[in-house]
Amino acid sequence: MNALYSVLVVLALVLAGLAGGRVEAGRAVLTLAVPYAALAIFLVGFFARVLRWAWVPVPFHIPTTCGQQKALAWIKPSKVDNPSSRWGVFARMAAEILLFRSLFRNNRARMAEKRLILGESKYLWLGALAFHWALLLIQLRHLRLFIEPVPAWIDGLERLDSFFQVGAPQIYLSDVIVLAALAYLLYRRFRDPAVRFISLFTDYFALFLLLGVAVSGVLMRYFVRVDILSVKQFALSLAAFHPIDPSTLNPLFLAHLLLVCTLAAYFPFSKLMHMGGVFLSPTRNLANDSRRRRHVNPWNYPVKKHTYAEWEEEFRDKLKAAGIPLEADDAGNARTN
Amino acid sequence: MPETLVQIEPKPPRGDWRNPKVEFRKGAMCYSAAAKNLTYLGLPNPRAWQPADSDWKLPPDWKKIILDGMKDRLAKYRSFRLFMDICVRCGACADKCHFYLGTADPKNMPVARAELIRSVYRRYFTLTGRLFGSLAGGRELTEDVIKEWFYYFYQCTQCRRCSVFCPYGIDTAEITLIGRELLNLIGCNINWVMEPVANCYRTGNHLGIQPHGFKDSIDFAADEASEITGLDIEVPINRKGAEILFVMPSADYFATPHYYTLLGYMMLFREIGLDYTVSAYASEGGNFGSFASHELMKRLNAKIYDEARRLGVKWILGGECGHMWRVLHQYMDTMNGPADFLEVPVSPITGTVFEHARSTKMVHICEFTADLIHHGKIKLDPRRNDHWTVTYHDSCNPARGMGLLEEPRYILNHVSRRFHEMPENTIREQTFCCGSGAGLGTDENLEVRLRGGFPRANAVKYVKQKHGVNLLTCICAIDKATLPTLLEYWVPGVEVGGIHELVGNALVMTGEKERTTDLRGEPLAREEVMAGGESEAAHA
Repeated sequence: MNALYSVLVVLALVLAGLAGGRVEAGRAVLTLAVPYAALAIFLVGFFARVLRWAWVPVPFHIPTTCGQQKALAWIKPSKVDNPSSRWGVFARMAAEILLFRSLFRNNRARMAEKRLILGESKYLWLGALAFHWALLLIQLRHLRLFIEPVPAWIDGLERLDSFFQVGAPQIYLSDVIVLAALAYLLYRRFRDPAVRFISLFTDYFALFLLLGVAVSGVLMRYFVRVDILSVKQFALSLAAFHPIDPSTLNPLFLAHLLLVCTLAAYFPFSKLMHMGGVFLSPTRNLANDSRRRRHVNPWNYPVKKHTYAEWEEEFRDKLKAAGIPLEADDAGNARTN
Repeated sequence: MPETLVQIEPKPPRGDWRNPKVEFRKGAMCYSAAAKNLTYLGLPNPRAWQPADSDWKLPPDWKKIILDGMKDRLAKYRSFRLFMDICVRCGACADKCHFYLGTADPKNMPVARAELIRSVYRRYFTLTGRLFGSLAGGRELTEDVIKEWFYYFYQCTQCRRCSVFCPYGIDTAEITLIGRELLNLIGCNINWVMEPVANCYRTGNHLGIQPHGFKDSIDFAADEASEITGLDIEVPINRKGAEILFVMPSADYFATPHYYTLLGYMMLFREIGLDYTVSAYASEGGNFGSFASHELMKRLNAKIYDEARRLGVKWILGGECGHMWRVLHQYMDTMNGPADFLEVPVSPITGTVFEHARSTKMVHICEFTADLIHHGKIKLDPRRNDHWTVTYHDSCNPARGMGLLEEPRYILNHVSRRFHEMPENTIREQTFCCGSGAGLGTDENLEVRLRGGFPRANAVKYVKQKHGVNLLTCICAIDKATLPTLLEYWVPGVEVGGIHELVGNALVMTGEKERTTDLRGEPLAREEVMAGGESEAAHA
C-alpha cells in the first residue's frame, strides 16, 4: 500500500506538471512561484536541520572502532577504521562519504545444512554508490544550463560521461547508471522481505520521486526532444532572479521541473537529510582517543553517590573483623596515617 | 536437534510492524525489577508487577513523562537526535544482529528496533509526523508501545555490531540505552539489571557480597594460587600507598570459569612483584548501570576514581571485562574525571609509558601483559596449555568500543601453541555477541539467549570441527558467565576461559613447584610432560 500511495502521489505531480502548463496561471505558478519556494524551503530547511543537530552536544565519546586501536607502540594501529588522530578521522569520513566504506563491509547471512553462512554481498553497496555518484555527475552537468558561457570543466565532464559515444544524441553513462541503480534499489526494497517489511511510504516516495525526475529527464533528452535553448534561457533567467517564461517550454519539462522542486522542498523533512547527517555521526567522526584526551560533556552534572565514608560506616564492624584497614575510628574521627 | 530452535531462513515477515502487540512468555523475557531495588536507588514507580501482567501499573501521567523524557534527551544527545532522523532503512543492519539471526523476529532487526522509538519521535517531534501521522511513519504512543519497547529494548545486548555495518554509523546501543532510560522513568525495568545495580551501589559488587565476604573470596583464591605454585601469594585489600589499583569484574572472584582468570592475575602480579591493591569498596568493574541509564552508569563508575584518590595510587589497572571497558574507555573520564590526582600510567616492570591512557589513567590488563611479554619480562611455557586447542572470541565492547584486538591475540600466541581463529566475518570488529550481554544473561530469558548466541556458537562449531578447538577464550565476564551454557547446548565439548587463565598456566614462576595440573586442576597434556624439561621427563 505504501508503494502504491507513493506512486500515485508522484503520478499526480507529473500530471500537475503536464496540465499546469496549459493554463496561464498554472505556468506562472510552475515557473516562478514553485522553483523559488522550493529553493527557499530547501536552503532554510536543510541548514536549519543541520544546525539543530550541530547545536545538540555530543556528551560522550562513542566512536565505533572497526580496527586495531593505537595503544602499544609496537602494535600497528588501523589508522582509518579506528582513527586516533584528526587526519585519521578525516580519512575515515572521506572513505565513508565518498566510497561508502561501511556499506562495503556488508555480507549476507543464510542457512545451509543447518549452518549459518555469511556470504559476500556487495550489490547494495554497488547500487548505492553508483546511484549517488551518477546523480552527482548529472547535477554537475545540469550546471551548463545555469552558466553562460559553459565552463570548460563541464564540457570535460560531459565528454567523459559520453565516453562510449553510443547513438545520437550521445548517451550519457550517468543517465543509464542512475536509472539502473534506482531500479535496483526499488527492486531490492520489494524483493527482500526484511527490507520490504520496514519500508515506509516515505521510502518508496523518495525512490519514485527520484525515478520520476530521472525518467522525465531521460525522456526529454532522448525521446521527446524539448527546445533546449528555451530551457536554458529560462534557467539563466531563474539563476539571475529575473525569471522569464519563454512560452515555448515543453509540458514535459514543466513536469520535470515540478518533480525536482518537490524533491528539493521535501528534502529537509525526509530521510534524504542523511546527506547532511552523515558528517555529524558521533560513531564515525570522533577519534578513538578517549583515554588520551578527556572528552568534556557540557551538561555533566553531579549525581548521588554511595561514598566511601558511608560505605565504611555501614560495614564498619565487618571491615574491622576482616582486618580491612579503616579510615575512621569508632567515634568517626579520621585516622592519621 | 538443537537447530530446530532456530529458523533463520526468514519466512517473509507479515503484518504491519506498527502494530505494537507483543506476547510475553517464559524463556523470552526478563522478570521485572523488585520494588526494594528501585526504592534503594531512589528510582521512580517501585511496585509489584510482571511483564506478562495486563496492567503494568504505570503512573497516571506516564505518557507525558515519556514524551518529556524524549524531548530532554533529544536536546542532550546528538547521537539520539541524529539517529532518529537519518536512517534510510536500507536494511544493511538487518542480518547483522544475532537476535534477528536467532529469532527471525523482524522487529529484532536493528532498523526495526530503532523504528519502534523513531515512529513515536516522528509523530510527536517532527512537522511531517504531526501533520501526516502514519503516512510519515508516525505512530501514537500507547501503553502497548511501552510494552513493545520493553520487550525489544531488553532483547538487545548493546553489542554495536549493527553500527559497524551502518553507512551512517547509527548505533543501536545508543537507542536501546536511551529507550531503557525512558522506560526507567516510569519504572519499567528488569531485576537482572536493577538488583546488581543496587548491590553494586551498596556493597560494591553485583552479588551484594559484603566486605568480609569479599575478603574471604580473595583470600581463598590467593590460598589456591599459593597451593598451585607452592609460593606465598597474598592480595592486598584497601592498602593505601600502593602504586596501582586493580579493578576487576566481581564475577572474577565468585564465579567459574572467571575464577581461573583471577588466579592467573594473582600469579602474574606475584611473579613480577607488582605493587598493587584491590579495593573492597570499588570491588566491581562491571558497570550494570550502563545497562539501565547514563546516570546509573555514572553513579556506579564514580567509585573507581574516588577510591583511587582515597588510596593514593598512581594509576589504575583493569581486568578482563567487556561492558566495564566500554565505560572505562569511553565514559569514565568524561563522567567522573578529570583524574588529575593520578599519574600517567607507567609499567613499573618495563618502563613503558602508556601514552594512550594519559588522561584516563587506566590500562587494560591485556595491554599491560602484552607489554610485559614483548619486553621479555616474564617466562612462559606455552606447552602447559597444550591440552587446550584454543580459539578467541572478541568480546563486543573491547572490540567495537576500543579496538583491543591484537593485544589478547599477542598474549595467546605466547601462551598457547594451538590457537585458531574463527571465520573472519565473526571476529574482531565483526565479532558476534554471546547473546546475553547488557543485563539479559538471566535464566528466565534462556530461550532468547540460546537463540541470540547461535551465530557465535555456529562459528565455534566450525573451528571445533576443523581444528578440534576445545577452549573458547574471551575477555568479558558476561561471556564467561553465559557462554558455557550456550556452548553446552550448541557445541558440547568446548569450554570457556579467560586469557589470563592461560597466562597463569603458562607462567613459569621463580621458585614455583612443579606443575602437574592446570589452574582448573586438570592434568597437563601428556606431550607437554614428555617434551618438558628433565624434571618433567623424570616425573613422566
